[in-house]
Amino acid sequence: MQYLLTSICSLCMVYSGWFIDRLLGKEKRGKWLTSGVLLLTLALVATLPVYGTSYAPILMTTIILYIILAVSWTMFSGPTGYMSLATAAFFGVGIYTAAFMAGDFPPPVFILVGGAASFILALGVGALTLRLRGIYFAIFTFGLVELIRHVLAFIELHVTGTRGRFVFGVDNETIFYYMLGVFVLLMITAYFLNRSKFGLALRSIGEYEAAAAHTGVNVTMVKIVTFAVSAFFMGAVGAIWATKLHYVDPGIAFNPLFTFIPVLMAIFGGMGLLYGPIIGAAFFTLLKEFLTTTLAKYGLGELYMLFFGVILVAAILFMPNGVVGVIQRLTQKWRKGGPVEEHADT
Amino acid sequence: MLKVNKVDTFYGKSQALWDVSLDIKEAEIVALIGANGAGKTTLLNTISGVLVPTSGTVEFIGQKIDGMAPHRIVGMGLSHIPEGRRLFVEMSVRENLEMGAYSSRAWKHRAETFEQVYKIFPILKERAGQLARTLSGGEQQMLAMGRGLMSRPKLCMFDEPSYGLAPRLLREVFEAIKSLREQGITILLIEQNVRNTLDISDRAYVLENGRIALEGKSQDLLKKELIKKSYLGL
Repeated sequence: MQYLLTSICSLCMVYSGWFIDRLLGKEKRGKWLTSGVLLLTLALVATLPVYGTSYAPILMTTIILYIILAVSWTMFSGPTGYMSLATAAFFGVGIYTAAFMAGDFPPPVFILVGGAASFILALGVGALTLRLRGIYFAIFTFGLVELIRHVLAFIELHVTGTRGRFVFGVDNETIFYYMLGVFVLLMITAYFLNRSKFGLALRSIGEYEAAAAHTGVNVTMVKIVTFAVSAFFMGAVGAIWATKLHYVDPGIAFNPLFTFIPVLMAIFGGMGLLYGPIIGAAFFTLLKEFLTTTLAKYGLGELYMLFFGVILVAAILFMPNGVVGVIQRLTQKWRKGGPVEEHADT
Repeated sequence: MLKVNKVDTFYGKSQALWDVSLDIKEAEIVALIGANGAGKTTLLNTISGVLVPTSGTVEFIGQKIDGMAPHRIVGMGLSHIPEGRRLFVEMSVRENLEMGAYSSRAWKHRAETFEQVYKIFPILKERAGQLARTLSGGEQQMLAMGRGLMSRPKLCMFDEPSYGLAPRLLREVFEAIKSLREQGITILLIEQNVRNTLDISDRAYVLENGRIALEGKSQDLLKKELIKKSYLGL
């Protein structure tokens, strides 16, 4: 039952991504119909705690978490082609911010502060590292996760003498709504980012950075700002997630899986359009839930990563542009009834 | 309008320009000719801010621009159409042109500029929705030029616009350059196609091994022995 409900809600999230893509593509037809459906789908997701089982909103919270991580990762790394592996660092900074502040401050405050802390960290890191290209940037950003984790562990061991922290909990339903709120904010941000000439500049950097600089784009500024905006969302959801964890230590907060899984989801879903990473995130979160609960019966709960790996390899081999690429091919074939023709998307 | 004053430029430790000076007045077409490796592209990159000279100055409309970031120089109205076109091949023709209007001064007037560019290169209007990589070589060159014009430049620097083009297209490109001057745009043109270049330009500089070897009115240069021998093969 919970799989059915959360799958339906996930489809609603995919729809909202598709809706934004459509707006950005300046598609005018059926404006009222699609907007109406959007409101309906959002209402369907928002009322999940009312009609769903008590577990449904909890699972849905996890799905939205991964959607936000995958979409915000794609926001920067998709168009620019800079492979950031710092997601876990920004996510962890959000988690630790909440660990310090929850209980003394209401959730909106520590969510914003968590996002802001990651934003500022990303500005600094971006200014230092966005001159690096390709693999060097990827390695440095991954190193950042490890660096923060070890520094925190060191401080806890030698300075404060503590080990981890307890986080003041927030009830599941409230967490769900905050997560959904951040998702809506992310969609709105993605829309305005891509609609402006900023989005154009971002894509031009990914395609030909030197030429972008030649045409007058302040490439360093565009890269750093986008990197920081995407980090804001990672930090904000980190802060929300922390209240669900109750206890955090550096190993939990800065777990590199939070870097790799969103990347995997984005690649699987396809990065060209907004709804791609949403499909990927929803699919893998549901699959993980299913696999871990099923395999756990046989004591093999941790083997789910094996399946992820196989699926990812197959996806890269057979659908290089992700699910989005397959859907685009099919719709074009269906519309034209002829061979697939290339045209400019987005 | 543009004044390059005794510029030295290095790539790492090796010096590419020695004591280069150049002066361009408004609404002139000035040619820069020279063999491969003479330093022509280096000079353009030094002017557009991609490279910073180690000594000497570059002035544009009375303002010192050496050491300034490239995007600010573009913003002042100096456009550089680099060699090899450097298009955004996975973006549409329209988006490529929009990129040209990126500086905030040009962005406001871009609807108007679009019309002007489409008038000079009607083919770009026809191809507006296509990906740049699907264009032919000549069309790509026109797109590169159109993109340069989208920044509403006061001065345009073209780096080998005839590169790899069929003779018929070549003439079109040169015609386009002449029509730009009629619209009051000053032009600095790098070319290996010396005969045609000297025909359409007012004045020319000859670069040899990173130094200015010769300068003067294009018509006079056509008669010079050095030019005839080295560049025209007469």
